Amino acid sequence: MNYLTRWQRPGVAWPTFGRLGSLRDEIDRLFEAPLAEFARGAQLLSGWTPALDVFEDKDNVIVKAELPGMKKDEIAVSLHDGTLSISGERKNENKFENAEVYRSERFVGRFQRTVSLPTPVAADKVSAQYKDGILTITLPKTEEAKPKQIDVKVG
Amino acid sequence: MSTTVENGQSTSVPNHNRQTEFAVPEVNIFETKDGYVVEAEMPGVNKSGLEITVEGQELTIVGHRNAEPVNGQALFRERRPVDYQRTFELDPAIDTAKIFAKIDQGIVTVTLPKSEKVKPRKITVD
Repeated sequence: MNYLTRWQRPGVAWPTFGRLGSLRDEIDRLFEAPLAEFARGAQLLSGWTPALDVFEDKDNVIVKAELPGMKKDEIAVSLHDGTLSISGERKNENKFENAEVYRSERFVGRFQRTVSLPTPVAADKVSAQYKDGILTITLPKTEEAKPKQIDVKVG
Repeated sequence: MSTTVENGQSTSVPNHNRQTEFAVPEVNIFETKDGYVVEAEMPGVNKSGLEITVEGQELTIVGHRNAEPVNGQALFRERRPVDYQRTFELDPAIDTAKIFAKIDQGIVTVTLPKSEKVKPRKITVD
């Protein structure tokens, strides 16, 4: 009698075809698109990661995030210890009764992104605008953080 | 016909003279008894940048991003500054003359009504 059979790994389960299709799409995209786009595509596995840009000029740090189709009150922006956090939730709206869904690519659910700010900002002067599905946050630098021109007189 | 609105693969259009690379917007597509609704995510596009064309049995949505002011030096960029494009094959039951669209906060909603003659109709019996 053979009680001690060698443990074998269960066969690698193949993902369902639907998943395999989307993974293949992802891999195709990896080679076709810039890396950021792929990282964003990975949202299929890990939730929604809205794309964002961070800019800096001499007075402000500007953060822009793509958040299409939100309501203003569904977006929360907070600042804590030099870290800006943008979060929110897109709810699943059942707009059409008895509708058949052919494609459902738009993300529904919670998201959060945080940005470490490069310079200290005046927290009380931060403003945000939401237009055309893009959230623009303007964070004025503190006076100490602004570049200063010092005139040096050469005697 | 079971799959009536299909996804067109159109990440690039070689003959387009202005730009050859497009982003493919995420879409939701629904069918109701009155027609179809396509919702596409195009952040950064407003009404003036939206071009929707129907050619034969194909619907093409192009979204040109509106120019954004330059904000100094970029420290970090994930957003792609390219325009959006996606093409769909239309169900012949759609009345193409009655297609209409709107855009709100970067979401394009295209409504494609079915023509009256294909809608289910109740016949009254005398």
